Amino acid sequence: MHIAAILRIVPDQNEELEIDDSGADIDREWIGLKLNEFDDQALEEAVLLKEAAGARVTAVALAGDGAERQLQTAIARGADDALLVDHDIDGIPGARAAAHLLAGPLRDLGADLVLTGVQTPEDVFGQLAPFLAGLLGWPTLNAVHGVSAGAGGLEVVQEYSGGRAARFAVTGPAVLGVQTASRPPRYVSGSKLRQASSATIARAAGALPDGFAAPRIAALAEPARSNRAEMLDGDAEAVAERLAGLLAERGLLGGRE
Amino acid sequence: MKVLVYADVEAGQPAAVARELVTGARALAGPGGRVDLALFGADPSAAADMGVDRILTLPALAAAPYDPAAHAAALSAAIAAAGPDLVLMGYTTAGLDLGPVVAIRHDLGLVSYCQTARAGDGAVETESQIYGGKLIARAATPLPALLLMNVGAFAEAAPAPGQPEVVTLEAAAPQGLRFIDATAPDPDAVDITRADRLLCVGRGIGEADVIEEAQEVAGLMGAELVGSRPVVDAGWLPKERQVGKSGRRVKPALYLALGVSGAPEHIEGMGEAGLIVAVNTDANAPIFDHAHYGATVDLTDFLPAFRAALEGR
Ligand SMILES: Cc1cc2nc3c(=O)[nH]c(=O)nc-3n(C[C@H](O)[C@H](O)[C@H](O)COP(=O)(O)OP(=O)(O)OC[C@H]3O[C@@H](n4cnc5c(N)ncnc54)[C@H](O)[C@@H]3O)c2cc1C
Ligand SMILES: Nc1ncnc2c1ncn2[C@@H]1O[C@H](COP(=O)(O)O)[C@@H](O)[C@H]1O
Repeated sequence: MHIAAILRIVPDQNEELEIDDSGADIDREWIGLKLNEFDDQALEEAVLLKEAAGARVTAVALAGDGAERQLQTAIARGADDALLVDHDIDGIPGARAAAHLLAGPLRDLGADLVLTGVQTPEDVFGQLAPFLAGLLGWPTLNAVHGVSAGAGGLEVVQEYSGGRAARFAVTGPAVLGVQTASRPPRYVSGSKLRQASSATIARAAGALPDGFAAPRIAALAEPARSNRAEMLDGDAEAVAERLAGLLAERGLLGGRE
Repeated sequence: MKVLVYADVEAGQPAAVARELVTGARALAGPGGRVDLALFGADPSAAADMGVDRILTLPALAAAPYDPAAHAAALSAAIAAAGPDLVLMGYTTAGLDLGPVVAIRHDLGLVSYCQTARAGDGAVETESQIYGGKLIARAATPLPALLLMNVGAFAEAAPAPGQPEVVTLEAAAPQGLRFIDATAPDPDAVDITRADRLLCVGRGIGEADVIEEAQEVAGLMGAELVGSRPVVDAGWLPKERQVGKSGRRVKPALYLALGVSGAPEHIEGMGEAGLIVAVNTDANAPIFDHAHYGATVDLTDFLPAFRAALEGR
């Protein structure tokens, strides 16, 4: 089994996001970047699979700010190789463009299982895993939590609404959009990271099909604030006292019915 | 215009989201338009009252459990047969599995996390949630296109009466996936959907130790302790206590959220609670767009203070 784990770097949405002068993007000048949290889970699941069943894991990323460092970190976390895919898009390619850029290099790599995060905070024009599956002609399962190697192949758990889930046997190549790894992503020590900083990163070139037009956001806006909460001021003690009073007035404190 | 709706199925019936999408599809299609329903996981009779013009069915799948590869092939056949200007799906697991796959196959534009959709000039105009609900992204996407609509984006309305035509599709059964079994929430575990008060902890709690303190405060409140997805993923609370898209959908009289950002997938599970109160250090957290009361104090200060306030009463 040769697993490709695709890693994407995304803006940290817990920071303050400001709309830039174009009105159609966030101001990326100072925003912190981080590994997409679901890609973090996908990489962990790939390494867990390798440890449990034996597999080669290649971490793959599109060239861009911080990509090489993420690939080195992936090696420190247990990936065997790293592949950086070059392209000539300015900034972060959207998921659909990314799928086109990655499909060729993934075929050349000979990977038979692709794991990536189920979504990123900015993939409004679609998600990478199923786009890639469409291009590769492979089946895809998304909102996956738990991939394990069984006797007859892989077993994958997919989640639905209401806390329901189903198990599937995957008998051929597939693309999985991972939500949660079987165990929380591991911690890597500084010494392992330093070691991996000299790892070689292979390179490949990604290409878009002729006439590919990337979808564009027309405008970004703040959400409507019409239902905004009434804010309780003061320090924690003041807030707690005020809230206890508000709840008591509404009969929402005291004995459980 | 011609709109094709894909129906998610729950327990052999079109899911609530499918009925919402049909309401939205009727408005988008307009008076002279047509609304087709792609219904694969149930018998066409289950959708006879949904107010669609035609039901596209594939008999081999009607009684079979959901299989994304089979449903992708069937949806592809439905698109070929119906030639829709617009395909509507829910932002559900099936929406994620199938939407982008058929968008590639049929060269459809795709927009996800849509909260609104309006017919424009040869295009569909949408507003999507982006960055965990912190911002709204507007787009105008040329037709034909496919939208993944947020659950709850369209209100369900009484369907127009009428007898839909049933169209039978054919599609080759794809290889590569095999359904093994399905699981539902453990009936013996706590059922948070029945609790009248919930205290929810999010990733903002930072460490597992805080759970214990939150548990005690929940006890004083007469509330059950629940969590957002990351808290459950970290193993700090059991899965049956997860609120949201892939957890439970709850509607308690009181929902107190501590360190929860209010991502759309969380709001889907609790947005209809009676009184929502949020404590989050980030004044821009989307949870404050849904809460009735909010405070930007640190939850680690708030918890002991709230405990004292409750004990003092
Ligand atoms: C298919 C799918 C299904 C999903 N299903 C669910 C689901 O069922 N339920 C769910 O919850 N999520 C679900 N998610 C995940 C969802 O997208 C979010 O990632 C998740 O809800 C975020 O959880 P959070 O708010 O706890 O964490 P974060 O978004 O990380 O927010 C933590 C918040 O805590 C605040 N904070 C930090 N420190 C403090 C402090 N000391 N005091 C006060 N506030 C503080 C921060 O400002 C921040 O707003 C799903 C995602 C996908 C793709
Ligand atoms: N035949 C189907 N058609 C569409 N979606 C389905 C079908 N069967 C199951 N699903 C999806 O899988 C979930 C689990 O369904 P169930 O096995 O009926 O509990 C549903 O909520 C749907 O999202």
